[in-house]
Amino acid sequence: MGKLSMPMNTTIAARATLNAGIGGGQESKLFRWALIAIATAFLGLFLFAPIIAVFAKALEKGLSVYFSAITEPDAQAAIRLTILTAAITVPLNLCFGVAAAWAITKFDFFGKNLLITLIDIPFSVSPVISGMIFVLLFGAQSLLGPFLTAHNIKIIFAVPGIVLATIFVTSPFIARELIPVMQAQGSEEEQAAISLGASGWQIFWRVTLPNIKWGLLYGVILCNARAMGEFGAVSVVSGHIRGLTNTMPLHVEILYNEFQFVAAFSVASLLTILALVTLAAKNFVQKKSRQRFITSPVEGIDYSGVQL
Amino acid sequence: MKPKSILLKQRGVLPGFGLTMGFTIFYLSMVILIPISMIFIKTASMSWDQFVGAVTSPRAMAAYYLSFTASFIAAMINGIFGIIVAWVLERYNFPGKRIIDGLLDLPFALPTAVAGITLTAIYSSNGWFGQYLEAIGIKAAYSPLGVVIVLTFVGLPFVVRTLQPVLHDFDKEMEDAAASLGANRWQTFTKVILPELLPALLTGFVLAFARGLGEYGSVIFIAGNMPMRTEITPLLIMIKLEQFDYAGASAIAAVFLLASFTLLLLINLLQRRKNLVRA
Repeated sequence: MGKLSMPMNTTIAARATLNAGIGGGQESKLFRWALIAIATAFLGLFLFAPIIAVFAKALEKGLSVYFSAITEPDAQAAIRLTILTAAITVPLNLCFGVAAAWAITKFDFFGKNLLITLIDIPFSVSPVISGMIFVLLFGAQSLLGPFLTAHNIKIIFAVPGIVLATIFVTSPFIARELIPVMQAQGSEEEQAAISLGASGWQIFWRVTLPNIKWGLLYGVILCNARAMGEFGAVSVVSGHIRGLTNTMPLHVEILYNEFQFVAAFSVASLLTILALVTLAAKNFVQKKSRQRFITSPVEGIDYSGVQL
Repeated sequence: MKPKSILLKQRGVLPGFGLTMGFTIFYLSMVILIPISMIFIKTASMSWDQFVGAVTSPRAMAAYYLSFTASFIAAMINGIFGIIVAWVLERYNFPGKRIIDGLLDLPFALPTAVAGITLTAIYSSNGWFGQYLEAIGIKAAYSPLGVVIVLTFVGLPFVVRTLQPVLHDFDKEMEDAAASLGANRWQTFTKVILPELLPALLTGFVLAFARGLGEYGSVIFIAGNMPMRTEITPLLIMIKLEQFDYAGASAIAAVFLLASFTLLLLINLLQRRKNLVRA
């Protein structure tokens, strides 16, 4: 793909720039545009076409069909359950993230690296396995099973199971954003505050929080997106009861399997809008804070998506 | 980064160690450690023969094979095109560049079920691209190729995002030096730039590969899910769960978890090496 003609062109280009005194490091115009074309074509096939296709398929039968698909009772119930799940999951993981980041970055203790590795576990676990562990823990066949049945507590194939699986899957996001941010910040300011007589909570609210707010927000955005979009883990524990234990991604699956394609893509379009808003918010926060956030056990890598 | 002061990091100077550490350990145990240990507890309840029988059944072997090869090929595709995309985004200016850069993380943000049904619609035999592939005799959806297509989508940002910072910080004087010593642009790229990119490229590759291995949501729509042919490992686990074969599911999950943890370790080692090289 254009690579054959390259050595000659680039040699000329390199010499030309060299002669012009600019130095090396320029490709010929033709080669540059060929590379841009290849990159755009690849992204077109795998990235842009899907975005366009979601909306094209959703609006295939017109706006009224689209709106009736997203306002029918089962879809509404799915939307409500998705929002409920995120509303429980995100605050809990926020508390966890802040506590973990505080403990890890403000103090020295034995086993710190192990703790960081443990926090990362959910990133490397397949979604299906993430759901299955809760079936093993709370399902009818489990040790707790008879106790739960006797007391009429339903966790698996019910909303608590969905929430638990979502909490597991999204638990590292906020902690993983905050740890590097707070590490870079150091503790000098907190130290100064404490020498001036501030209490622990005062230090956190007045000193630490203003410093970490963008990293915190970034983590919340990612955590929320994953909580609303999680499919595999939730699919294992949900039981797929329409109107009761169906989140939006599960509702998309059911509609699709029933060949209600327009309805499936209509609900999917809402999730796509959520994804686009998430990306916009992410880019906004990144720009606002002028730093590149990472969610990575290793420096410099946006690890956030390993199972996103 | 500010220089770390050893004095300030001593325990007990700032308040809240007990509270935050206690809560972290409690949460971690309840949410992650106890649930994940169930896999190994359940697997341990099997005899060795049962375990070996479950993890080496022909159907399981076929599922591992598909999961590994499809993830590997998808990661290769992402490796090759990822270099081009990262290069173009870091080095050239062209209209739409910022939009592309902003949308590149979409596979991270888009729910996998949505990716699955959408890519199936595009690449099935009457879809936008699928019809042309069908015309030249290639069946994309409901075949192993379909699995590769969705895994390519799912892993797309990794290589680009790992390469971008390295390319951004790359010392252009090295390129100038190579050029002034008579290297042409291709030689400069392969002999000077590529070796610098290699650790990041490998990291991105392994991340995309690991992501592909575990992926479930998008694959099940496009694969067709035929046992022995287009059934990925996470789906096999799901099927065993639906048949209430919890021990069999746990055994395969344990094997799979071990593979994921090994990959994670590999990524960490690669990254450590990269940091050593840079330091």
